[in-house]
Amino acid sequence: MKQKNLRFYVVDVLLLALSILPLLAAIVLKILTAPPSEGISITGAQIYVTLPMPIQPLIITESQINSWLIMLSIAALCLYLTHGIRARVQTRRQLLAEWIVETVDNMIHENMGEYFAAFAPFVAGMLALSAFSSLSSLLGLYPPTSDLNVTAGWAILVFILITYYKMKCGPWHYIKSFGDPVVVLAPMNVISEVATPISMAFRHYGNILSGSIVSVLVAAGLAGLSERLFGALPGFLGDFPFLRIGIPAALSVYFDVFSGCLQAYIFAVLTMLYVSSAFPKDEYEQRKRRRAEKKQRLQKSEQ
Amino acid sequence: MELAIGIILGCCALGAGLAMIAGIGPGIGEGNAVAKACEAIGRQPESKGAVTSTMLFGCVIAETTGLYALVIAILLIFVAPGRLVDLLVSTMAGL
Repeated sequence: MKQKNLRFYVVDVLLLALSILPLLAAIVLKILTAPPSEGISITGAQIYVTLPMPIQPLIITESQINSWLIMLSIAALCLYLTHGIRARVQTRRQLLAEWIVETVDNMIHENMGEYFAAFAPFVAGMLALSAFSSLSSLLGLYPPTSDLNVTAGWAILVFILITYYKMKCGPWHYIKSFGDPVVVLAPMNVISEVATPISMAFRHYGNILSGSIVSVLVAAGLAGLSERLFGALPGFLGDFPFLRIGIPAALSVYFDVFSGCLQAYIFAVLTMLYVSSAFPKDEYEQRKRRRAEKKQRLQKSEQ
Repeated sequence: MELAIGIILGCCALGAGLAMIAGIGPGIGEGNAVAKACEAIGRQPESKGAVTSTMLFGCVIAETTGLYALVIAILLIFVAPGRLVDLLVSTMAGL
């Protein structure tokens, strides 16, 4: 029994380490590759490797590497939370894991209905990835969500899902849905269809990026201001930017923590709403019933 | 040459500033939404949770136009000047 306990603890520590190590690796990579900069600069994601590809060179940037490392970290965290889970014994981490699963299930139930119950893992994964990506800026990493490529990828994924559920009643029904009130409005419907992923990608990316830009600008401005105010003081006191203590942190609580989590929530809710509203439930059921009736009739005629 | 580059940089900055005028719209819209939400909570304090989440959702939707303007402004400040100056230099070198 004791040996089993020991093994349990070893696996526990290993999983925890696995969830922290990717983030540490990202920080080390950032420190090693960051170019020496003077003062404050606003740059995009750093390019690590450029792989030659037939159509266009494949560029591996900081945002890709960071998001893969964050995915690894989330996966290890999930394994840690569900490690040694049992039907009866209620540990704190099991309660936490159950709470997360129940919350997402409730969200799906409220926003999408019973038909989409299988969507819970997808939405929870998106929520966790988005929130952790935005929060990674607290560790000094480049948040992957402030790169348009990352959020555009997610938005295209959601767009494919939307189109798949619109196609559920057959391609003809999908094409007919564009001329909905009148056929003349078809171009408008096409535009609004395309605008969905664009607005989703821009919303998430713009919020995170604008937050980081505003934080950098405020930090730079406070450094200049404190140099003006306290520059006359002798020695170390004159060089130290006093105003940069605390004030940027308050901004960071809003821009990094609140805005990041809010955008993750909004992205998940929008995904759920768009997908569930794309699915024409009544028509799908009618179609299903009609097909069943047809089948029955065919079987009868065969008999 | 310097004059041309200066005009490019200045016009990019001016365009970014003009693009951000679009920030007025979401500001007014979200202000209205929050005001109405406050009224609703004042009338029915027990519905605070539902009203707050709906209001946040609506605010985010209303923010979309402002974010389009923001993206254009960011492109104009950080991306467009470099591209345009490169274009100018390459055409001048070709002449």
